[in-house]
Amino acid sequence: MWAILSLLVENKPGILFKVTHMFRSRNFNIDSISVGVTDNPEFSRMTITTIGDEKQVAQIVKQLDKLIDTIEVRQLDEHKTVYRELSIFKIKLSNANDSMEINKLANAYGGKVHDVKKESMMVELTATPDQIEAFQELAKPFGILDVARTGVAALQRSGA
Amino acid sequence: MAIDLVNKMETMSGAKALMTALEKEGVKEVFGLPGGANLPMYDEFARCDIRHILTRHEQSAAHMADGFGRVSRKPGVCFATSGPGATNILTGIATAQADSAPMVAVTGQVPVAMIGKDAFQESDIIGMANPVVKYAYQPRTAGEVPEAVRKGFFIAETGRPGPVLIDIPKDVQTNEAEMTFPDEFKIRGYHPWSDPDMVNSEKAIDMLLSAEKPVILAGGGTIISSAFAELQAIAEFLMIPVVTTFKGKGAFPENHPLSLGPIGMHGHAEANKIMTEADCVLAIGTRFSDRSVGTFETFEKRLKIIHMDVDPAEIGKNQTTSVAVVGDVRASLRIMVNLLMKKAMKKTEENNWLKHVKETKAYWKENLKLHPGEMGAAKILRKLRELLPHQSIVTTEVGQHQMWASLFFDVIQPGTFFSSTGLGTMGWGFPAAIGAKVAKPDVPVVDIAGDGSFAMTENSLATAVLEDIPVIVFVLNNSTLGMVAQWQRTFYQRRMIGVDEKHCPDYVKLAESYGAQGIRAQSMDELDRAIKTALSSNVATVIDIPIDPEEDVLPFVAPGTSLADMVLPS
Repeated sequence: MWAILSLLVENKPGILFKVTHMFRSRNFNIDSISVGVTDNPEFSRMTITTIGDEKQVAQIVKQLDKLIDTIEVRQLDEHKTVYRELSIFKIKLSNANDSMEINKLANAYGGKVHDVKKESMMVELTATPDQIEAFQELAKPFGILDVARTGVAALQRSGA
Repeated sequence: MAIDLVNKMETMSGAKALMTALEKEGVKEVFGLPGGANLPMYDEFARCDIRHILTRHEQSAAHMADGFGRVSRKPGVCFATSGPGATNILTGIATAQADSAPMVAVTGQVPVAMIGKDAFQESDIIGMANPVVKYAYQPRTAGEVPEAVRKGFFIAETGRPGPVLIDIPKDVQTNEAEMTFPDEFKIRGYHPWSDPDMVNSEKAIDMLLSAEKPVILAGGGTIISSAFAELQAIAEFLMIPVVTTFKGKGAFPENHPLSLGPIGMHGHAEANKIMTEADCVLAIGTRFSDRSVGTFETFEKRLKIIHMDVDPAEIGKNQTTSVAVVGDVRASLRIMVNLLMKKAMKKTEENNWLKHVKETKAYWKENLKLHPGEMGAAKILRKLRELLPHQSIVTTEVGQHQMWASLFFDVIQPGTFFSSTGLGTMGWGFPAAIGAKVAKPDVPVVDIAGDGSFAMTENSLATAVLEDIPVIVFVLNNSTLGMVAQWQRTFYQRRMIGVDEKHCPDYVKLAESYGAQGIRAQSMDELDRAIKTALSSNVATVIDIPIDPEEDVLPFVAPGTSLADMVLPS
């Protein structure tokens, strides 16, 4: 089971270490993690995606909640949540048509094109991890030179 | 010192603020060892009423604070300097964490500007201790010290207790600031209390009432929350047999007709047997550790489990439960007793289950084979029980003697038996006994020890003698790392590697060299006299009792097997 966890934490040094250490010491896995300060500078929002069965995810939530520096820990229902990840791909250009093809592909996924050079170009794509991976598959034949991904950021929809 | 009477602000150094804050917490004793980075706080001992108890190793200081904390249920305090002083207390902190003992450890640190520069005696103790503390503070300015102490004590002693580290850079100790000592404060992410769970308490009661073969499993949480009367009330009302974990040993009087003693790897035969036959267990304040339950899966399928714990993360961690009651177990048990009295009549007649339980207990009392010699472990520990007043505090070291204590030393007065059960730290028992004696100077305190474990912290004899803390160290001396030797005999075809201690040192002479009393007891008569002498002496006493190095601890549930596969003496 893929789970999205949303944590409101104290915006203090060392909290990221405590959270990630909990995963390591109790034999859980972090699939992705993103952290940023909230509108209130006293808090940060962490979004963690993880993989585990229902029991493991329940235990992860409890162990995170037990940390004194976590204010709120919630498992988000992905169907009631807006979740996105930012990715940047650097893709090789070998043939004359490549840049046009990649441009089309990027457009189909709602991506933006940057830094078009003779031998490579970049695509910025904000989407769900599934969509990013689908784009990656299609871009692979051109030759992917580099990828950077941020991990998921997520918020539950109002009234959900 | 400038005092602003309007705002109750005082200007003082961080070190002075630390000691003032400790006094406000009611601290009367600190166990510790000074060094370069904590000298400013040590200097304050000259100007306050807190007694400093010098130890010969920082690990022992932490164990003393731990023993003090478990007995007094208030955080014990230990001091260590930076670098190696701080790393030396780590084992003590981890021990307290594993057994949920309240403790506040205060370490010196290099000055703020030196942090991260690999300075002399710098260690990143916050980073190292983080996995084994309940919380850690490192005040970066002097003004932060009072709040760190207040919050640290609050966190250490509430909810599921545990150790808190306060790491204070040297310049934070010496710098002056206007101090306020907060009475009220808020820790947003910490909720040690929850409202009583009435719905699940009622479900638990119904499940217990409908069970045919119920058993109560009392864990260490029962002792931490002092739920002795409540446990006894519910057991007697429903006439349910009580087993304990090793950490819960003595949560229930072990001479009570319903008591079966501890379950587990070296549990009582009758306790393990009944545990495997039960159909419903009321588990109170336990984490279902592997040492207690073995491979639980083999019989859990037909077992309904009611799990009560103050820590919500324990529910479902090691064991799936039928009903969970989260909250202080004493408060929850009170609710359950009240509900019971409304719902049911007190049981007065023994049912078939209880008859079977009592027969099982009687059978094993009669038929468990013991060491045939005069100085067998069972005889020695029963002699100690016979002569030791019931209110005495007993600690143990870690090893064979510890498990013999579990098997043969009955705890009569609840909450008088303490051991390093989670981390299994050799060397814990003696310094913990010293801490216990400081917390309760009016009762005898005995460390049931083995030679291997005692050797790890025997230099605490200096503390016991010089600080006039007369505890008794009761050494079952087989001149062997006995538990390891037993495993080598059992699992490694008697290939005995690294276990022979070759009668070194002589513990009587060792005791005497520290100015303590050393007595060797080689017969039951000598043992009788030695215990009586130790109890009537006002100096620390080591009783050295040579025993057979081949004596095994039995019954034994081998690791990775079920309680039903218990190995018995042949």
